[in-house]
Amino acid sequence: MTTPAVAARSLTKQYGDLIAVNALDLEIQPGECFGFLGPNGAGKSTTMKMIYGRTPITSGQLTVLGLDARREMRAIKGRIGVVPQEDNLDPDFSVLENLLVYARYFGIPTAEARSRAADLLKFVQLEEKANVNVGKLSGGMKRRLVIARGLINRPEMLILDEPSTGLDPQARHVVWSRLRELKARGVTLILTTHYMDEAAQLCDRLVIVDRGRVLTLGSPAELVARHAGPWALELRLDPAHHAAALAAAGDAPHEEIGDTLVCYLPGQAEAEALTSRLRQSLPIISYQARPTTLEDVFLRLAGRALQED
Amino acid sequence: MHLNLTWRFLKVWQRNMLVFRRFVWSNVVSGLVEPLLFLFGMGFGVGQFVKELNGLPFVAFIAPGIIAQSAMFAASFECTFGSYIRMEFQKTFDAITATPISLDEVVAGELLYGATKAVLSGTIILSAIFMFRLVPGFHWTALLVPPAALLEGLVFAAAGMIVASLVANIDNFNYYITLTLTPQFIFAGIFFPIETFPKAAQIVAWFTPLMHAVRLSRELVLGQPVHVLADAAWLAVVAAILLPWPVVLMRRKLIGS
Repeated sequence: MTTPAVAARSLTKQYGDLIAVNALDLEIQPGECFGFLGPNGAGKSTTMKMIYGRTPITSGQLTVLGLDARREMRAIKGRIGVVPQEDNLDPDFSVLENLLVYARYFGIPTAEARSRAADLLKFVQLEEKANVNVGKLSGGMKRRLVIARGLINRPEMLILDEPSTGLDPQARHVVWSRLRELKARGVTLILTTHYMDEAAQLCDRLVIVDRGRVLTLGSPAELVARHAGPWALELRLDPAHHAAALAAAGDAPHEEIGDTLVCYLPGQAEAEALTSRLRQSLPIISYQARPTTLEDVFLRLAGRALQED
Repeated sequence: MHLNLTWRFLKVWQRNMLVFRRFVWSNVVSGLVEPLLFLFGMGFGVGQFVKELNGLPFVAFIAPGIIAQSAMFAASFECTFGSYIRMEFQKTFDAITATPISLDEVVAGELLYGATKAVLSGTIILSAIFMFRLVPGFHWTALLVPPAALLEGLVFAAAGMIVASLVANIDNFNYYITLTLTPQFIFAGIFFPIETFPKAAQIVAWFTPLMHAVRLSRELVLGQPVHVLADAAWLAVVAAILLPWPVVLMRRKLIGS
């Protein structure tokens, strides 16, 4: 049996009265891309921070690359890379210097660091910016540089906290293609995100967490099949008519968000049939029939939990 | 308390020194101009009226004290504003602690850097004092001014970093500077001998680090070592008492334990 990249048992983090992570059990396998999804404050970042040693563990067990996260964090940090949510590049330095100075923290000799930095700048397509101060980079370039920096010690595992938050669509796709390339090279990836498309694009498996607990775990396709059914009909109409629409849908599984009613149906034919029936009887503002996505899973699990607040 | 400290803290110091070298001229100019303005302005301005103090030309009396005050401000600014900006705005501490370097080592590196700035600042003023022949003669004891500035620098670096771990925002440093550093600057015996103070004020002055640093610097520069060992010991003891606290408080602030 291979050693799991991350193994958590009853992993708990408490800040005063607030339980940020509640008895989490989890195994992440080497070489997979594993995602944490959930609303803000769900405990995603806190879990990550325990994995890379930024915050102490309240209780439970956590091993990272087979090492105890409580006692062997220095050794763990030497073997992982971290891409934090906030860009914390060193604004006093150029792009290249950021990599070289960071390499020193890992004890990488200067000549070796130079050669790795050159390769990494090529990998993230920033060779031409090597001598530019990081303050002059765009958001997408900064994020790519943070990823390159996280790779300077040739980590077995890269931890990314919201890798594409705040980036424009093109920049996101560049980041994603780099992450896929890393995965192809065998690097274990752990990421948090609240973009469902990002999770669907990158993750082999993911968990949806809310209030420190795992709501569900599986591959994106499994989760969609398990929690949402194949087809969704999204209706916008006055909430006063929602009950009538639901009755017409035969009390199908559904979610209500403001004036939008989403009904989950067995197939496209059912969705279209329901649409034509409803359009005759109710004042529908707009509608869309579409295949279900992780977004629906999220809505059904975390969305409902949020509404209960 | 188990201290998670290895030689790796030098890499944090090294990082800051690299930034220092980048801005070396602005550092030297800003570190030099203000103390020299004091020296020349006070020394020759007030010196017109005060011909002699303790048997010395006025400028020769104040010059060694200016070394100590510039060292105090250099270490203090570095470990208050400087460290705070790196910690809160640049998130440099976060970036470094994601590597095999511990927070304790980051704090130790910052403290050593603050003390280093004190040494550099004091040494520049010392060189200027001899270059402009502001004090009579040269005494070999003057070569001990840089190590004395290191001791003083550690005291003020530690004190600054303690404050940096406690303030709610960057503006609060102004309280620390105007309420604790500026009074020391005025009353530590730089501009007039503290023996002229009322006895009670002398006792208060004895408890301030700058008073000892000024006397130490003066006796070393002028080659009259009377209190040198006592003052060095005073600074060493206070440094030893203060130095663990930045680590404890920064852990509490940044890690929560």
